[in-house]
Amino acid sequence: MTERRRPLVLIVAAILLELSVIFAAPPVFAEYADVVLNRMAEAAGMRPVVFPHWFHRIRFRCKVCHAELGFKMRAGANQIKMTDIIDGRFCGACHDGETAWSVENCDLCHSGKAGLPPGIFGGHETLGPGRW
Amino acid sequence: MNRCAVIMFVRLPRVPSTRCAKCLLILMLAFARPSPADERVWAPLAKDGLRDPSGPAVRILQQPADALLPLSPDNAGNQVRWVHALKEGQINPRASLRKPLVSEKYDKDVLLNLNGGMPVVRFPHSIHNEWLDCSNCHDHLFKKQRGASKISMFLILQGEQCGVCHGAVAFPLTECARCHSVKRADALAELEREEAAKAAAPTPAPPPAPTNERPSAPRKEGKGK
Repeated sequence: MTERRRPLVLIVAAILLELSVIFAAPPVFAEYADVVLNRMAEAAGMRPVVFPHWFHRIRFRCKVCHAELGFKMRAGANQIKMTDIIDGRFCGACHDGETAWSVENCDLCHSGKAGLPPGIFGGHETLGPGRW
Repeated sequence: MNRCAVIMFVRLPRVPSTRCAKCLLILMLAFARPSPADERVWAPLAKDGLRDPSGPAVRILQQPADALLPLSPDNAGNQVRWVHALKEGQINPRASLRKPLVSEKYDKDVLLNLNGGMPVVRFPHSIHNEWLDCSNCHDHLFKKQRGASKISMFLILQGEQCGVCHGAVAFPLTECARCHSVKRADALAELEREEAAKAAAPTPAPPPAPTNERPSAPRKEGKGK
């Protein structure tokens, strides 16, 4: 009897293992280093902002934003207000209608799903700075 | 379906374990997926889990696959070897917006973790300098003086020190050997050579001064592995 049952148990185990491999793949499809900014956006009635690092680092070296423009290198450490951006600080240094699209295109930045927590996304992160 | 049937009727000795193996093989074949390393895939913006798929951004903005596919491949992070892409001229990111940052040039490699269990870390200032300004790391993350900052993997994994970028935007901390790349013996030999060269040189160079750094030091790239 036990001789007969053993393979069955093994098969069930194998199926479970396979299923776990198939379904345990992390449901994260955000691109590595995507940042959600939502400390103020939703409270002010706007969608959260999604900032893609990959897009920007093709065009600018880190130091442009993180040294010249003064973005701190820690998600959540920057208090970015829309008034700052309109005055040409932070994002507004480029998003002025010349280097990049201007602030009238609200929906291109404020494009996140409602209720997203602020922080850094895209998997691979350890306990990184996203966990502020 | 046919494939399974064929395997089922292959003659094998009637031993329970082989039948098990056969069953397992069938299951594996049935559920086999292409290895993700074969072909890089980036989720379209509408399916990235962050952007509202009904908004205009997902139609207007550049898709990751369009931008990243031509760049040097990697198996982690954005699946792009950013340093390589920059070196090869695949990308040409601007170094300044208005006022060019006047930062000192400092290309020295630093060997770290000389007493740890893992291979020694070679920290290349040159590569980091391509992207970053000195002020991004010095002195709030790392003191300039060698040995003055206690670097700990525990802190790095928490997003401090190297972990401010590595694990968030630069290649992730799963890629141990990219930093821990030098065999201990090679590292010690390299340091010895450096000491000897320093002793031979008549000029009393102050160690932490980055300006009068030699361009032609007898530094051999003794990369382990």
